[in-house]
Amino acid sequence: MTKNREMVPASPAVDDEHDELTAAAVTIGRRGLLRAAALGGLGLTALGALGETVAAAAESSTTTPSGPTHQWCMIIDLRLCNGCKLCTTACQTAHYLHEDQTWMNVYTMQNAAGEDYYMPRPCMMCEDPACVPVCPVGANIRTDEGLVLVDQSRCIGTRICMNACPYDARYFNWEQPVPAPRQPFPQEPEWPVPQVKGTVGKCIDCAAMLPSGQLPECVTHCPMGVLYFGDLTSDAAVNGMGATVKVSTFLAENDAVVFKEEYGTHPRVYYIPGHGQDLDNNAAASS
Amino acid sequence: MSSNLLETERVERPADAHAREDVRHAAMRPVLETPRWWWPAVLVLGAVVVLGIVAWMVQVADGLGTAGYSDGAFWAIYEANLVAFIGVSYGGAVVSAILRLTHAGWRAPLTRIAEATALVTLPIGMLFIIPHLGSPQKIWELVWPPYWNLSSPILWDFFAVSTYLLATIVFFYLPLVPDAAIVLDRLGDAPANRRVRVRRTLYRALLGRFGGTPRERAALNGSIGLVAIMIIPMAVSVHSVLSFAFSSSSRPGYMETIFPVYFVVAALYSGVALVVLVIAASRRLFHLEAFIVPRHFVRLGFVMIAFGAAYLYLTFTEYLVDGYSGTTGAAAWVYQDIAGRYWIPFWFYFVAAGVVPLVIMAVRRFRTTSGVVVASTLVVLALWVKRLVIVIPPATEPLVQSPLAKGGVLAGNWGSYHFTWVPISITVAATAAIPLLLLIVFRFVPILPMAEMEEMDDELVGASSREVA
Repeated sequence: MTKNREMVPASPAVDDEHDELTAAAVTIGRRGLLRAAALGGLGLTALGALGETVAAAAESSTTTPSGPTHQWCMIIDLRLCNGCKLCTTACQTAHYLHEDQTWMNVYTMQNAAGEDYYMPRPCMMCEDPACVPVCPVGANIRTDEGLVLVDQSRCIGTRICMNACPYDARYFNWEQPVPAPRQPFPQEPEWPVPQVKGTVGKCIDCAAMLPSGQLPECVTHCPMGVLYFGDLTSDAAVNGMGATVKVSTFLAENDAVVFKEEYGTHPRVYYIPGHGQDLDNNAAASS
Repeated sequence: MSSNLLETERVERPADAHAREDVRHAAMRPVLETPRWWWPAVLVLGAVVVLGIVAWMVQVADGLGTAGYSDGAFWAIYEANLVAFIGVSYGGAVVSAILRLTHAGWRAPLTRIAEATALVTLPIGMLFIIPHLGSPQKIWELVWPPYWNLSSPILWDFFAVSTYLLATIVFFYLPLVPDAAIVLDRLGDAPANRRVRVRRTLYRALLGRFGGTPRERAALNGSIGLVAIMIIPMAVSVHSVLSFAFSSSSRPGYMETIFPVYFVVAALYSGVALVVLVIAASRRLFHLEAFIVPRHFVRLGFVMIAFGAAYLYLTFTEYLVDGYSGTTGAAAWVYQDIAGRYWIPFWFYFVAAGVVPLVIMAVRRFRTTSGVVVASTLVVLALWVKRLVIVIPPATEPLVQSPLAKGGVLAGNWGSYHFTWVPISITVAATAAIPLLLLIVFRFVPILPMAEMEEMDDELVGASSREVA
């Protein structure tokens, strides 16, 4: 285990109401602070507070049943992963990515006994993403269904979001992207295919496929059933083998953790350790 | 004022019409007659700049990958250049603003050269945002308020640097106003060919309605003083905010509370060093030996080394604290810098901008004009290398797999940056653009601040005659 001490238990209370409340509080915390500081610099703090109130009012009106019906999440059962990387290739095929653009990256790690184990790393779809507030032109968005996406038509390519992401989950288009045939969806943040040269790209949880009930490509193509895609609102998740679990129970019973919890990003990707990962020491990482 | 280095000279030689004529002659000679080497120099430098533009066009066509970037090195040479070139513009603020506010009278012959250096290096540094961007065709979004994201450090970089550029232009322009009157006066005698007519129009525009009455002079001096005060916090803000693009992230090696100060001091250090080089070159090329004397270089050398010592101290504390804390991410980049893959550039910085300039300024034998010029050359070069060392190692450090992977500290999945001809050409072009633009500026603008030097002389003579009495 490379960074065991960064793997800490996820909040067992994942019922949607609690989760939403925490997310809202955290969101207003960091973003509100930054916005207030920025506007204060312009001598417009009062206006900012007013805007905040209006925004809060607008937000509360969307938490009625007419609000988002899904809060997407992913569960990765590390006990089952054999490192075949079919998830990576499926993702790259579907999104026409270069070989080194591993939106779904499978890292080879080592546990304390020196044995290899594997850790798939999609975008963590953070509730409080570090990448979103740093973009000068607002090209990063977080949808009301909890997906963090990039508007490649807006992105100017400063790469400060790549600097901000603690998970190395962002990939730049350093050269011409892989050409793609006509797609079932327009080129949009929910389906950025083909990629755009000079902009940043990342895992999108196959956002454009979700409304029609399709699972993300990586989940569908995992032959081991490692990857579960789920919805915190309905508290259900399903893997590519067709197994369905109740998210809250599954996470609690299997001591799920989130990656680098201390960064305050509140990821919506939950890991289930138990493949020899030693949660108590960081020996493998520092030896 | 009593310890002024020029005092003895000036007092021995009263500021009579003859000395005044010397100053005017030397200052306006490049404006009035083209030196024989001027066109060849401009053409050669211009060709180098064109090569850089061609390299940039290749990069635009093929993507940033041609500049050696990859996901394992997402920031590298352009970001370092942005910081380094904006940094060297600080020399103008120091020599002109700080020395003005501290009433260091010896600065007078140097101010125009220092301000011109700031005026040309700052826009060159700002232009590095263009090759830095992956999609430069969308750069207009930065000036399109509906797209502004006020929580982004990069947007505030843009605001801070733009404000500073405006102040730099004003700070260059204001002391030029009385000089424009002097040049116009001189052009009155010249035969009215096209070149003279162009310059006459230019100086009339620069002069505006300034008539040179004592009241106007006092108002002008008041304005210059005000801008001199304002430009210092602006300069501090520029490099502080530039550092936020790095330090406001959670990345080991970037997340350093010391960065704003560290960046500002580096900018001041390299800025004074570049001003020394430009002054040395101008003195030789434009025959200013009578006005810029060896003691100017020694004094600038002392100013420079004060910043150099502060920078060395900040470097020491940064590496010590990050390395000693032993957290995986921080210890890894410290190790890579001092003993790993980046040891050559790091120790080059330490020797060339840390130790050698201190030795040169400490030992009386080395403390000469050429000694200071050698030290300044090393400082400019080594601080550029230091910016690479600041930018590249953290950008290549893996965040998911441990940078201290099993198999020792040198293992792990580090990315790497490969220099290619594209960014090197662009960097060389930007460097060549500094002398190119300066040569052009000094064809139009008197290289010595005539009015300011005359005022200083009057003050000195007044002071010394009071002392004598």
